[in-house]
Amino acid sequence: MNRARTNAVLFWIGVAVCFVLQLMPLPHALAPLKPFWLALLLVYWTLEAPAHVSLGRAFVLGLLGDVLTGDLLGAQALRLCILCFILLRFRARLRFFPMWQQALAVLALLVNDRIVQLAVRAVSGVPAPPPSFWLAPLVGMLAWPWVFLLLDDVRARMRARES
Amino acid sequence: MTLTRNESAPLFTADTANTLRLIGYIALAIALMVADHNGRWLHRIRYAASAAIEPVYRLAALPADLARRSGDALVDRAQLQVRNETLSRELLLAQAQLNRLLAVREQNRHLQQLLDVQQRLNLGVQLARVVDVDTDPFRHRVLVNAGADQGVQVGEAVLDADGVVGQVIETLPNTATVMLITDPAHALPVAVERTAMRAIAHGGGSLDTLNLPNIPISADLRVGDRLVTSGLGGHFPAGFPVATVRSIRNDASGMFALAVATPSAALDRSDEVLILHRLPDPVGPPAPAPTQGPPVDASAKTPGNVVGP
Repeated sequence: MNRARTNAVLFWIGVAVCFVLQLMPLPHALAPLKPFWLALLLVYWTLEAPAHVSLGRAFVLGLLGDVLTGDLLGAQALRLCILCFILLRFRARLRFFPMWQQALAVLALLVNDRIVQLAVRAVSGVPAPPPSFWLAPLVGMLAWPWVFLLLDDVRARMRARES
Repeated sequence: MTLTRNESAPLFTADTANTLRLIGYIALAIALMVADHNGRWLHRIRYAASAAIEPVYRLAALPADLARRSGDALVDRAQLQVRNETLSRELLLAQAQLNRLLAVREQNRHLQQLLDVQQRLNLGVQLARVVDVDTDPFRHRVLVNAGADQGVQVGEAVLDADGVVGQVIETLPNTATVMLITDPAHALPVAVERTAMRAIAHGGGSLDTLNLPNIPISADLRVGDRLVTSGLGGHFPAGFPVATVRSIRNDASGMFALAVATPSAALDRSDEVLILHRLPDPVGPPAPAPTQGPPVDASAKTPGNVVGP
């Protein structure tokens, strides 16, 4: 398997795992703390291999996420497109940030994502969410180094195996 | 980012192309959201894609399912004996209550026949288990593992052992989505058990809150009153427990009172639920009595008719 193909396989496996993780139930007290796994995965792939991630692909992944979780069709697509666009703009700089600064950038992106989600909910008439709505970006920031290191490690192993 | 004044510079640099694409995708996403909000496309797409979606739900629920089953399998003998005794005792009490209620039901039916009121039909129920999948913690929806193929329809009421849980809002072939009564978009017609006062219980946004707005200040409502479904509206049959009032205060305008109630059903711990199949006829006024007029043919020999000279 050449490099492009291993990357593609890893990308789609990552997407499948993200969907399952997004649906995985947590105890009731911890349920608001679930981070947006699909966004974390897309942040990783945009930083490392932007050939894999374009706005169109982010849109389609968002649509798949919408069909799976059953909210408004197009809501996740909108959020992922905005996330990808900001990321593609700042990719050159973000790639070389140290890990803690990257985590802060991920926090900013996830808070932005929550704001867009709030706007969509407000327009569709759902009442304001409780304050625990804003905890998920923090958990996403804390999870980011682990996601990055895990995916980097798996990619390095696959590359070492094939070379 | 300034465009270089260069003859070979393209009109749309990579940055502008990306921005245009973003605007295009945003417009498309907003169009999809508006169309879905009005036309409910998402349900149809989910139904068509259910062969792909349902395995993902089962997969995501697998760890919780395995944990529950191994918890059941690895229970200790003393605990099983205690559980056995408690369940037998509860079953005995429930049977005794049921027998008493059967007698009451017969009497009720007899009285209704005497009064010539339209019969209330029996309810068809179906047992289902909650699929332990969390689609969005802020949205008060649960998934159950019975769907269109098992005869579940949109709008059917869902109960658990302690009270009303919600109603079915979407069906896939083997899964159904239930909106809980605590969803802010849900309103349930209730009646106070003690005084038969009718009210509407709106979802309060958290799993332990139902709001009853617009209650007259002079109404006889106390903390601790139990609320049951009133049956109005035809979606939920009457008499099932809903909630218990926990506080009453004046609302912002001061002209009405606002009561807050705690739902009786264990909404965050429900494991097995009952889905009630729809009543074939809504509860309504009795059918008009057939018109009795004078016999059309005076010479017909009907019993009790005296043929005059």
